Amino acid sequence: MIRFCRLILLVAFAGCLWAGSDDTFFLRGATVHPISGPEIPNGSILVRDGKIIGVGVSLTPPKDVRIVEGKGLQVYPGLIDSATEIGLSEIGAVRETSDVSELGRLNPQLRASIAVNPSSEHIPVTRANGITAVISLPDGEGLSGQASLMHLDGWTTDEMEVSRTAAMHLRMPVIQTIRSRFGEGPPRIPYAEARKTYQKQMQELNEFFESARRYQKARSAAAPEFKPDLKFEAMIPVLEGKVPLLITAVRERAIRDALEFADKQKIKMILARGDEAWKVAGELKTRNVPVILGETLSLPLDEDDPYDKPFTTPAELYKAGVKFAFGTYNVSASRNLPYQAAAAVAFGLPHDEALRAITVNAAQIWGVADKMGSIEEGKWADLMITDGDPLQTQTQVMQVFIKGKTVDMDNKHHRLYEKYLARP
Amino acid sequence: MKRALALAPLTALWLAAAPPIVIQNGTILTVTKGTLLGSLLIKDGKIAQIGENIKIPSGAMVVDATGQFVMPGIVDCHSHIAAESINEGTVSVSSMVGIQDVLNPEDIAIYRALAGGVTTANILHGSANAIGGKCSVIKMRWGRTANELLFVGSKPGIKFALGENPKRRGGGNAFGATTLRYPATRMGVEDVIREAFTQAKAYRASWKDYEARKSRGELVIPPARDLKLEPLVEVLDGRRLVHAHCYRQDEILMLLRVADEFGFKIRTLQHVLEGYKVAKEIAAHGAGASTFSDWWAYKVEAYDAIPYNAAIMTRKGVLVSINSDSDELMRHLNNEAAKTMKYGGLTETEALSLITINPAKQLMIDSKVGSIEVGKDADITIFDAHPLSNFSKVTKVFIDGELYFDRDRDIADRPALASRKKELITKAAEEQKKSPPVSPRRPGL
Repeated sequence: MIRFCRLILLVAFAGCLWAGSDDTFFLRGATVHPISGPEIPNGSILVRDGKIIGVGVSLTPPKDVRIVEGKGLQVYPGLIDSATEIGLSEIGAVRETSDVSELGRLNPQLRASIAVNPSSEHIPVTRANGITAVISLPDGEGLSGQASLMHLDGWTTDEMEVSRTAAMHLRMPVIQTIRSRFGEGPPRIPYAEARKTYQKQMQELNEFFESARRYQKARSAAAPEFKPDLKFEAMIPVLEGKVPLLITAVRERAIRDALEFADKQKIKMILARGDEAWKVAGELKTRNVPVILGETLSLPLDEDDPYDKPFTTPAELYKAGVKFAFGTYNVSASRNLPYQAAAAVAFGLPHDEALRAITVNAAQIWGVADKMGSIEEGKWADLMITDGDPLQTQTQVMQVFIKGKTVDMDNKHHRLYEKYLARP
Repeated sequence: MKRALALAPLTALWLAAAPPIVIQNGTILTVTKGTLLGSLLIKDGKIAQIGENIKIPSGAMVVDATGQFVMPGIVDCHSHIAAESINEGTVSVSSMVGIQDVLNPEDIAIYRALAGGVTTANILHGSANAIGGKCSVIKMRWGRTANELLFVGSKPGIKFALGENPKRRGGGNAFGATTLRYPATRMGVEDVIREAFTQAKAYRASWKDYEARKSRGELVIPPARDLKLEPLVEVLDGRRLVHAHCYRQDEILMLLRVADEFGFKIRTLQHVLEGYKVAKEIAAHGAGASTFSDWWAYKVEAYDAIPYNAAIMTRKGVLVSINSDSDELMRHLNNEAAKTMKYGGLTETEALSLITINPAKQLMIDSKVGSIEVGKDADITIFDAHPLSNFSKVTKVFIDGELYFDRDRDIADRPALASRKKELITKAAEEQKKSPPVSPRRPGL
């Protein structure tokens, strides 16, 4: 089935390669799902120089533009995974392949895209399932650095980079009495000690933000003894509200701490993970704080939580009017992003909202809604052609386009499949 | 970790003389005998009748499954739930220990697995040792005792492990082992297994010799019993199933060679992420393969793992199942099975077989579970949509004809459980006020 469909598309491409550059084409006859509006049966999309310049039913192809036949197929915008370690980590258990966590608690100057490896095998594997852009997230303790928005295509990191600084990542300090879910980790830390550590970390964080603010003042006043400092320099866009602070907080208490911190520091906040965001939904809604939810298919936090708590959380946030997107917080499972959204549909999230959470909502949260997240004029042609609903596992993604470029759908997995299927 | 009072609802219905049950008007995915729109009669814990029209016996409990999908309870060939400890990691051969001795019937993971449609699981020892401990097959009889979890009539098993995990304690590892333990290489892993079976064969011979001399009327002293070697003798005699954790193709072939050399069979290769590279050798040995749908790249030996693994092995004649090895993944094995349709083009029935009849065959319990057939245990899972759809969820689960999970009841019970929890917290706080604790809580989890 895959090979058959690929063949059809390839024939369509091959016959037209002479006509114009790769990122200019006319896709016709498909059911177009713009996400920003209702689906368009028998719709067409005109792409020129990587951008969508027309969407509709009655478009006629300009002369000399390559035609892509989409009859019987579906077209969706490319999916956005709003939290991954793609490019920063190759093999989980091998430290040498990881550039996720730096030493130290205050590293706002670090930038994820600097360390993204464009040759990672995870990139072609992930985009083969329709994921066209990801947030690559540095994740250490405290302020762990700047998250970058990356396209999953490009010869170099520069070509992949959409936004080097999509957000500043902060892991909210918590009172941590238990280090590990498993019995083999270090022993339980006494509460009093854990509380002291937490208070120290909160104080350190507040002082750091205050210092950054003083730096900002000294800098704008061109004070005579002013010396540049890369850490504080990196904080200025956060203090100015130009770069959001992506705060990882799981439990209600940490989420409330994060909200209070954001209020006090007057910064723009995005909540990351937010497993217990449903307990704080009203406050999140009032303050317009969006959430990057983690995997829907996960275990409840507590033994006596309802068995389906993680499955129902997206629907509860939706009902409360909280804006959210999904992140996999993963590398090798990033390709399963649409199924994380689908799992929430089984437990009450409207189907359209699930799709929005991995397309247009993500683009809005990351401040790139003018560039991606839906099929609209003026946006990049980040598209995927499928034979069905991308939220369903059986659906095949036949072709992906990133900035209008026909992306190579081959990857390590498919190569090994063909090689060993043919073993005599 | 799991000792706290479990507040999740106890939905098992205890019925002295259970009335018959009719599951009516559902799409019945029998897995082995096709799919039909019809009804199912359960009597005395067994499937008594399947058909388009079934006469409802008097006094029967009727479950309306209109618009729903009825399938056999899911079987997970690799799990560690309900076990208080997993790894006796101090020795490289730990065949003297067994999971049966540490079963914890109050592990909430049992209830959560039920809510994902799982009714049977193979509970394995961990993978720290080349030859691990004995395994137990259990049913998710939530609310019952440890002994009552056991799948009566299932064949005993034992865990083997190859590759990175058993050699991890040989040095240079990230897991904080302070003392080194043989083996440190895949060469050593092979050696540990060969040494153990060399001893087991000699041990078996010494007993045979003793029995022979005794039967001739000689006055002989019996050999000393060796609890480590006895399970291995059972393996040699085909009375205990080997479930072997493995990743790379070379170590898979190594184990099959060793088994051939000593004259025993590998029942299942577990994980077997490079099984697709040596599918014909696996099929020739007759080993089953129990794998993940699409996990990869979490360690070096998983870097060549591909989501087409189950499909290739199936096409090349291997008996394949999809397992979880995880409390979480165990909750949606139906979604995992669907991935084999996307990657490698298995049919719907083949995909469903990977989580029902195939693991049942691997565990040699397929005469009792794994499909909807007359005479089999009434282990039934009902989904509100096709189980291979990502939009489906489990509504009811029966084991031996007893209702062990009911989503409606679970939801209805929540307010009462919440207020009960609140009461307990208030009470605990009051008691603490009256007599504050003098010593801190004991360290450790």
